[in-house]
Amino acid sequence: MTLIGSSVKRVEDKRFLTGKGQYTDDIKIPGMTYACFVRSPHAHAKINGVDTSRAESMPGVVKIYTGADVAELNGVPTGWQVNFINGETMKEPKHPLLVADKVKHLGDAVAMVIADSYAEAKDAVDAIVVDYEPLPAVVNPKDAAAEGAPKVHDDLPDNMCFDWQLGNEKADVDQAIANAHHVTKLEFINQRVVPNAMEPRSAIGHYEDQNEKYTLYTSTQNPHLVRLLLCAFVLGIPEHKVRVVAPDVGGGFGSKIFHYTEEALVIWASKEIGRPIKWTAERRESFLTDAHGRDHVTTAELGLDAEGNFTALRVKTHANLGAYLSTFAPAVPTYLHGTLLQGLYTTPLIHVHVDAMFTHTNAVDAYRGAGRPEATYLLERLIDTAALETGMDPVELRRKNFIDAFDGVDQPGYQTQVALQYDSGDYHKVLDRALEMVGYEEFRKEQAALDNGKLIGIGFSTYIEACGIAPSAVVGALGARAGLFESAQVRVQPTGKVSVYSGSHSHGQGHETTFAQIVADRFGIPMEDVEIVHGDSEAVAFGMGTYGSRSLAVGGSAIVKSMDKVMEKGTKIAAHLLEANPDDLEFGEGKWTVKGTDKSVGFGDVSLTAYVPHNYPEGLEPGLDFSSFYDPANFTYPFGAHVAIVEIDKETGKVTLKRFIAVDDVGNVINPMIVDGQIHGGLAQGIGQALHEGTIYSEDGQLINGTYMDYVMPRADDFPMFEIDRTVTPCPHNPLGVKGAGEAGCIGSTPAVVNAVMDALKGYGIHDVEMPVTSEKVWNVIHGNS
Amino acid sequence: MHAKISVTVNGKVYERTVEPRTLLVYFLREELSLTGTHIGCDTSSCGACTVHLDGKALKSCTMLAVQADGCQVTTIEGMAQNGEMHPLQTGFHEEHGLQCGFCTPGMIMVAADLLENNPDPSEHEIREALEGNFCRCTGYHNIVRSIQHAAKRMQTATA
Repeated sequence: MTLIGSSVKRVEDKRFLTGKGQYTDDIKIPGMTYACFVRSPHAHAKINGVDTSRAESMPGVVKIYTGADVAELNGVPTGWQVNFINGETMKEPKHPLLVADKVKHLGDAVAMVIADSYAEAKDAVDAIVVDYEPLPAVVNPKDAAAEGAPKVHDDLPDNMCFDWQLGNEKADVDQAIANAHHVTKLEFINQRVVPNAMEPRSAIGHYEDQNEKYTLYTSTQNPHLVRLLLCAFVLGIPEHKVRVVAPDVGGGFGSKIFHYTEEALVIWASKEIGRPIKWTAERRESFLTDAHGRDHVTTAELGLDAEGNFTALRVKTHANLGAYLSTFAPAVPTYLHGTLLQGLYTTPLIHVHVDAMFTHTNAVDAYRGAGRPEATYLLERLIDTAALETGMDPVELRRKNFIDAFDGVDQPGYQTQVALQYDSGDYHKVLDRALEMVGYEEFRKEQAALDNGKLIGIGFSTYIEACGIAPSAVVGALGARAGLFESAQVRVQPTGKVSVYSGSHSHGQGHETTFAQIVADRFGIPMEDVEIVHGDSEAVAFGMGTYGSRSLAVGGSAIVKSMDKVMEKGTKIAAHLLEANPDDLEFGEGKWTVKGTDKSVGFGDVSLTAYVPHNYPEGLEPGLDFSSFYDPANFTYPFGAHVAIVEIDKETGKVTLKRFIAVDDVGNVINPMIVDGQIHGGLAQGIGQALHEGTIYSEDGQLINGTYMDYVMPRADDFPMFEIDRTVTPCPHNPLGVKGAGEAGCIGSTPAVVNAVMDALKGYGIHDVEMPVTSEKVWNVIHGNS
Repeated sequence: MHAKISVTVNGKVYERTVEPRTLLVYFLREELSLTGTHIGCDTSSCGACTVHLDGKALKSCTMLAVQADGCQVTTIEGMAQNGEMHPLQTGFHEEHGLQCGFCTPGMIMVAADLLENNPDPSEHEIREALEGNFCRCTGYHNIVRSIQHAAKRMQTATA
């Protein structure tokens, strides 16, 4: 049986199931100290003084650093540059490791206390007195653009990081909107959400004087990039003397892609004090400092002709970047958002304009989907709203505007109006399957007949996303300051066992299983003979980490490339051993066979020969160990159709998600069980944004719901069992034909749920309810208070 | 300022001197190096730190170590017996009930308590029992199935 396409149980499970997983906070190093931070209780305030004198003499305190101590050090950098429309470089204010003069968001770090124990460090934090002079704050990106708004950075009078546009000529789009038979317009906030990986961020810095080596253990999705940024941009320490280890990482969802100040501080201070330092975020620190997601204030308009064909799309967004630029922040509202506005549709004219604004809030960056959920939300909400307004069926309206099927091989890729070329797609197919599963006609009958004090509604979302990020030259031209390739080393050991060193990083995705399936399948060896190593910069040559649903499409392809090299060399060795021409050999079931004969030699024998090269091809190097770097030819474009059915209790306004149907096309599938799990998790986060989650910042910049007592995390009883299925349209440009599954659920689901709520409420004459769609908001609509 | 306590954890008696303010979860993790019990929040909301105290599921961040003096504690490390996984551990493996693994120990401990008191729970009862435990990876779908898997197996075993 082939391993590809098989739901092999995960090889990594055992350590997690027995409590033997090793997350950063589980690591103890002899002599270790503990760091805690003094964080600003104000969103915006001048620091008139920091008094550490009492804290310094407290038990166990080793050292206290303030902003003045690190003023000479660089801040943490940004990995993506977006220019203003007029060509000027974006504004890039310093993000200092500790703030000396003016705090710019709630939780901004003012001092770091290092003590012998965690409790002593916490005690000392409470004894530090900071003299703050509170200043007015601005939290909404549109407000930040207004005349006279409080300034986040003194040298930026308009709070703007950059403005940006993409698509067709603005005048043509304006004209088409003006001439449209019908225009659907929505103005809404795609609210800020908190990623909430269950493992809080944690970092251990360990400098060893005897060999001048630094080791950073950190809960990151991206160990090599953290090392690069730390060495080249923040501390200027030698990269070959720095080892970054991302051990078991308890979820990331984007928030652990980035290089954070705490990582740089524990490494820097470890050398200063000569002892290892551990910092682990408390959950309230996670709420205040893990990069948040979304936060767009958007006006979107869709023009339609009399037959319902989309004629133009115009989008204006104020994107909130927070007070400082996180690692990939500039890319999210631009190249990961504007480029997705074609959706699955043939809309001939599209224009998007983004004002990227600084506010007195925590940084916003990639969160599961990163820009693509924002694009999908506005498109899919526009379409269901347009259907409601014109009396058309939302399914038919989509079908009328769908791009025809294309495989990217015999038919070319689809060139969008917003810079991308889709690789392959069959959009009717996912929608057909979803409708079949939901029983659409029966639902409409049931809905019309309902008479029990409840309302029911159905909502659709047919989405596309861009994954497998990304061709380095393309993203380089768009402002990325890094390449987005991936590396993999396949080391065949002398006994035929295989060690694979991957630059992708698994923090729940199951790489240790999926990657092993690919390798075992190719070499015809048992999965137990394959070990996947990741997350250690000393073991793995280089890596660009895991995000943007890129691990299999890019990281997996790098493994394939190295396996190709192993097979090529192995074939030469086998041919020598079999005294045959390499062209006359075929490989299968773990051995090379001379075609048409029973003469064969096994993978293990060839491996051993490579390392004991006595009887060996002349001129061939010993060993069977290859590294590769894979730079993708294009993004991959998964797509799907999501359908939500909700029930609303008219008495309470409570929205209950009754069913959720998701049909996703993520290209070829290696492990269906793992892909299903990725979809489930994405759905829960997307549905969470629709119905439950969202930060509440007060006008003065306080995060009102910055704990689990206040922020509504989706719980087990918020969901039905998900109903999911797949179609398979292979990616034509990577060797595995895979597209990526990590973000699909989170991108498609949010608008489907809100559309379902709006469908249920269609008798009430409203066109939108702001997310999260709480009972209170719905009750107000039903009772005419909106 | 320190208190002497004796706690039986996973069948082994530990006598230690602790600061009275030490939470049970820190005692387990720092003092006994049983790091399978995780800390996911500071408000007793997430359930990652769930252990059994005298046979009942409890959030070990919500209790002081001194309060556990004389008690029996079971952590995730004590769930497998004689090298054999607990049916819940097997269930989570078979049904892909875990991804990053961080919430998993707490999920298993709370599910073990549920099945002890209700060996054949409905899907709704399982979801209600998990209300105090957050998972951000699985959408709870396969966690529910894992617990159903274990319930079935445990019933077969006792039948």
